[in-house]
Amino acid sequence: MKFTEGPEIRDTKAPAGPIEERWEKRKFSAKLVNPANKRKLNVIVVGTGLAGGSAAATLGELGYNVKSFCYQDTPRRAHSIAAQGGINAAKNYRGDGDSIYRLFYDTVKGGDFRARESNVYRLAQVSVNIIDQAVAQGVPFAREYGGLLDTRSFGGAQVSRTFYARGQTGQQLLLGAYQALERQIAAGTVTMHTRHEMLDVIVSDGRARGVIVRDMVTGEIERHLADAVVLATGGYGNVFFLSTNAKGCNTTAIWRAHERGAYFANPCYTQIHPTCIPVSGEYQSKLTLMSESLRNDGRVWVPLRKNDTRAPGDIPDEERDYYLERIYPAFGNLVPRDIASRAAKNVCDEGRGVGPGGLGVYLDFRDAIARLGRDAVEKKYGNLFEMYERITGENPYDVPMRIYPAVHYTMGGLWVDYDLQSTIPGLFVIGEANFSDHGANRLGASALMQGLADGYFVLPTTLGDYLAAGPFGDVDEEAVAEAEIKVRSKIDRLLAVNGTRTPDSFHRELGKLMWDYCGMERTEESLRKALERIPELREEFWQNVKVSGTAEELNQVLEKAGRVADFFDLAELMCLDALVRTESCGGHFRAESQDADGEALRDDEHFAHVSAWESTPDGPVLHKEALEYEYVKMTQRSYK
Amino acid sequence: MNLTLKVWRQNGPADSGRMVTYKVEDVSPDMSFLEMLDVLNERLILEGDDPIAFDHDCREGICGMCGMVINGVAHGEQRATTTCQLHMRHFEDNATITIEPWRAAPFPVVKDLVVDRSAFDRIIQAGGFVSVPAGSAPDAHSIPVRKEDADAAFDAATCIGCGACVAACPNGSASLFTAAKITHLSLLPQGQPERLSRAKAMVDQMDAEGFGGCTNTGECTAVCPKGIPLDTIARMNTDYLKANAK
Repeated sequence: MKFTEGPEIRDTKAPAGPIEERWEKRKFSAKLVNPANKRKLNVIVVGTGLAGGSAAATLGELGYNVKSFCYQDTPRRAHSIAAQGGINAAKNYRGDGDSIYRLFYDTVKGGDFRARESNVYRLAQVSVNIIDQAVAQGVPFAREYGGLLDTRSFGGAQVSRTFYARGQTGQQLLLGAYQALERQIAAGTVTMHTRHEMLDVIVSDGRARGVIVRDMVTGEIERHLADAVVLATGGYGNVFFLSTNAKGCNTTAIWRAHERGAYFANPCYTQIHPTCIPVSGEYQSKLTLMSESLRNDGRVWVPLRKNDTRAPGDIPDEERDYYLERIYPAFGNLVPRDIASRAAKNVCDEGRGVGPGGLGVYLDFRDAIARLGRDAVEKKYGNLFEMYERITGENPYDVPMRIYPAVHYTMGGLWVDYDLQSTIPGLFVIGEANFSDHGANRLGASALMQGLADGYFVLPTTLGDYLAAGPFGDVDEEAVAEAEIKVRSKIDRLLAVNGTRTPDSFHRELGKLMWDYCGMERTEESLRKALERIPELREEFWQNVKVSGTAEELNQVLEKAGRVADFFDLAELMCLDALVRTESCGGHFRAESQDADGEALRDDEHFAHVSAWESTPDGPVLHKEALEYEYVKMTQRSYK
Repeated sequence: MNLTLKVWRQNGPADSGRMVTYKVEDVSPDMSFLEMLDVLNERLILEGDDPIAFDHDCREGICGMCGMVINGVAHGEQRATTTCQLHMRHFEDNATITIEPWRAAPFPVVKDLVVDRSAFDRIIQAGGFVSVPAGSAPDAHSIPVRKEDADAAFDAATCIGCGACVAACPNGSASLFTAAKITHLSLLPQGQPERLSRAKAMVDQMDAEGFGGCTNTGECTAVCPKGIPLDTIARMNTDYLKANAK
């Protein structure tokens, strides 16, 4: 795939000066909108997860006229609801040495020095307010007997800064945002459109001025206009078909915005989560994650010998390899996700994996049960154990869990500046849909933090600054008509093929290809193969897909087909991005770039930048944004 | 495994609907119930038939989107389980399985097994929240909460809004759903100022949506995938009575 290099991105809009003062400075410099004028300003928010739900609720409360869209039957179902482990905040309630600076430092280091310092520092600052906000809403976080909030530790950190609500933290935080959103819906400041899918952005006079959506019940194509558009549509891990994402998670909204001119940054950064339930069969539709918090007490091991088929209980301690504790004595089982995932892959590649196909490692609670008692373990992790048993039919109190890495979170996304604005003026992107805060890897319990920071605190300020220049006048009717025609013709084209393969069968094949060639480990050879194969498979898709039914009804096959079509295009860009980045960092492991111990080897001289891709008729154009580290010295990451 | 499925097919709210029989073969016991339907749907698409529409998303038992009545029981016979977490190993080979949508007047059928549960959102809109603005909440530690209260509030807050309680109730009551939210917030200090007005508004909205009354049959908790207890309803009723007495 050919690409050219375009001009560098030089201005990210972050204020200069000491890092602790930048967000304060930006807030003060942001123009305000008179309350009477807010009612005349229309904002569209697409997606209702932690980022979109909190943003729509907050903007509604500020007085803007908000339209909110989601593809589910109610905003409470967004996939943020599935996050298990917790949310980080630099409260230092434990007095164990935590601070905003330390959270900032851990996050930059955890992201393998590929995130922006200014953004991450702001995230750490705002983290403190998120907990206050959620508690005030009635989010039932875990508490100590004295009535104060409990915390736990999480991968990639040596302090206990993770707030949690059993294994359902995402659910409770999302319900908090959802309830705030429903309150605004009742107040009339937010109009909710459920079962609607966004299919294009309307760009008029260079500004994002609306969206084209499809009513998924009637099939009607609708146009909605506004003064600004916010995308909070999550990540694209489902490009791999098997992932921990909800089945509906897709890339359509951000991909079509990319086609309209929004740069796509670091598409190749995929987080592989180390503790998922292994794949059990060909028919499998998704993977289930077991919270990383299990690694607080569970010990990870495989047999020392290859092809050891004994039952785990029959393998004596001296014939077990607690490989994380052995290789990384300082962090042990709590090493970050990319490190734990790769270590699991390595022991399985050596032939020491357990379970069907040898693609699994043990996560063992034997010692924790002996030390704490079964009751205490059940109190802490009971719901997770139950979930494991339901899916596998095995009881993890008696036999160790089997886990294997799986695709989880995507750190890439649409490029945004410090104000969370994309390269299309008026198009803001928040939460997992943007790229800015996590670098090449995301530490546990930091996704919830970013979603809520963006939605409750950052966007409401920066969007206000943009809207202060509005209202922006009439929208160009031709731009609307063109977007609508584009959407309709894509749907018509899909329905017209009438081939012999289902959208799912293509998606499965594409996903396998991506996992094998652009998954946990990539090589120049594998990526070149993928870049050869993806266009062939896409060609076959457009010649041979079968979409039943019509466009004017609830048609889940049509919905799926449209999303798979976009996954093909995204997959190609992911492989190109991975190919160009000839270093290893975080979740991007290029086998050619590793040190003598097999650890990821960064190349700061050539790759300390964000890769932001522009879509043009002549093919992708790469724009680089240099990453400067003034506060955290770039070092080789070590968790030993 | 080989199975016979009797599935409710209905083109839209106006269609009267009918049961249609399908044979599925080579079902693996490790499949989830929805994966078994996926396999059938793949076949229907290729045969040029309309695949069975059903709602689903997270497939890990937490989003609350999936839901169907399986052999007469909401989410199937396995206790405390959502449909997506129900696995085929719990069925006998050669069994006949009936699959129907949630049936309740306030949940109109959209298509096949998909129903409209937006009435639940309107019950939350009536008052299922704490009225706090975003931006400047007090420090979280300024509001201590007894651990027992926090845990009990959490138990109620785990409701996923799937609607199984309504589907199982002979009266079509939404009491368990409504009571779960009322209980969650009424057990916390943050929820006290609006406690009674919330209970009144939410119960009144529930009635306005056309859900039936509660007669303590307990079918709701029996099918609830999250095990929300019946005593939440007693708590709701107490607060509702207090609110009306004022």
